[in-house]
Amino acid sequence: MASSFREILRSGEFVVTSEIGPPKGTNLEPMVHHIDLLKEKVHALNVTDHQSSVMRFPSLGGAILIKERGGEPILQMTCRDRNRIALQADLLFAYTRGVRNVLCLTGDAVVVGDHKEAKGVFDLDSCQLLMAIKTMEKGKDLGGNELDGKVEFCAGAIVTPEARPLEPQLIKFEKKVEAGAEFFQTQAVYDLENFERFMEYARPFGVKILAGIILLTSWRMAEYMNKNVPGVRVPENLIEELKKAPKGEAIKVGIGIASRMIRTIKEKKLCDGVHIMAIGKEEVVPEILKEAGLTEEVP
Amino acid sequence: MIRSITRQKPKEQIWKSLEGIERVFIVGCGTCVTLCRTGGIQEVEEMAKALTDGGKIVTGKTVIPVACDELTFEALSEMADPLSKAQAVLVMTCAFGLQTMATHLEVPAIAALDTLFIGKEMGLGRFQEVCTQCGDCILSETGGICPVTSCHKGLVNGPCGGTRDGKCEIDPEKDCAWTLIYERLKAQGRLERMRTLQPPRNHQVSPRPGLAVIPLEEGGEGHGL
Repeated sequence: MASSFREILRSGEFVVTSEIGPPKGTNLEPMVHHIDLLKEKVHALNVTDHQSSVMRFPSLGGAILIKERGGEPILQMTCRDRNRIALQADLLFAYTRGVRNVLCLTGDAVVVGDHKEAKGVFDLDSCQLLMAIKTMEKGKDLGGNELDGKVEFCAGAIVTPEARPLEPQLIKFEKKVEAGAEFFQTQAVYDLENFERFMEYARPFGVKILAGIILLTSWRMAEYMNKNVPGVRVPENLIEELKKAPKGEAIKVGIGIASRMIRTIKEKKLCDGVHIMAIGKEEVVPEILKEAGLTEEVP
Repeated sequence: MIRSITRQKPKEQIWKSLEGIERVFIVGCGTCVTLCRTGGIQEVEEMAKALTDGGKIVTGKTVIPVACDELTFEALSEMADPLSKAQAVLVMTCAFGLQTMATHLEVPAIAALDTLFIGKEMGLGRFQEVCTQCGDCILSETGGICPVTSCHKGLVNGPCGGTRDGKCEIDPEKDCAWTLIYERLKAQGRLERMRTLQPPRNHQVSPRPGLAVIPLEEGGEGHGL
């Protein structure tokens, strides 16, 4: 049997994960196709949890599907849509279905999504969800009751190295470490010098850090993210590079940028691995991996 | 001072609530809704005109000093005659005032306003929600700024990833509560307070609906809750 994600994290190998967006509806074909395309090429696959507060097929369903098809899932769990009762119940269920990795997020605000009048729950936050997992691993629930059968998860969280102001985010990062996060996926990073500084700070905490790589598909997307996505800063030189792309070939330039960054991160040993987010373009992830020189090395 | 912050309902909604009702009495309030300009003298006059223009008969109108006070009953009894002619009372007060009136009225109370939040006046015409009465105060840990109220998600362990240059991602007009808390604690040299992991909150300190009975002893002496 292939090694667990935790074993890979601890092996010192350069870790590569990617992510899959579930469908809006019951047609699982595209998701199954993406799972089959990537499951052998990366160490683990995230499934997003109603990303940007847009209602979709659940991350838990996606994680189970990955498991069934022989991949290693990382279950993304946000605190936006479920209170502590539902979150714990889903953790129990996930564990019984072989899911062993959980990424704990607070979740986007409801109002940014496609059900703007819904009630945002946030009974727990990302730190408290991590605390809940640790409690359940000890055989208790958050109410202090005994569990008949424990859980065990490799728990992760996210951090935004480009946030401004940065220090409040770093304090929260440290709280997530204290609450039990073993690994971190970062918000997209593009300025590797900034990222290097972040890593100098983060390294002593002894947790595994996977640099977030969001595929740039056009200069417009880059500018959109700079304007609208908190904590994401695409430097001007990359935008210029995308602008110079021949018509219809911007994505190729984006693939080039992503793979170049991955290569640099790996060669300079900036961090422990990368988490590739192709947001709707999962199809090209193998190409990014190939250009980054990673295809052969990943089991 | 704390104020009940209101907004007038869309016209169509008010007219829908008044469907089949011909004769209407209008009530405003001299306190919060006057400040918010949603139910003071001017707004009551404008509403009366709009209803009359729309073919309703306004049997009377008044602006009660403090609609949520129990004295409202007396203020209404002074208007007994025009009130008795109305099939409904259009209430241009907050929900506290409406519920007070509704206990004394024989005809339906129709809400003309939506009550948005209990706010603090932060300057002329500027009101901000600073407390949501959660019953589990953490202000001493957070530099006197309430994240349960002032953070959109009510987070108690620090900012989410949606914070941006000190503002909240849901509205650039709104401050990120955790940036404010961070700055204040830093200025006080108490940043370690922010580093303390806060356990899940108790959302049932005072299970809804809130009810408090102060145990007063005879002669007015007593102790608090």
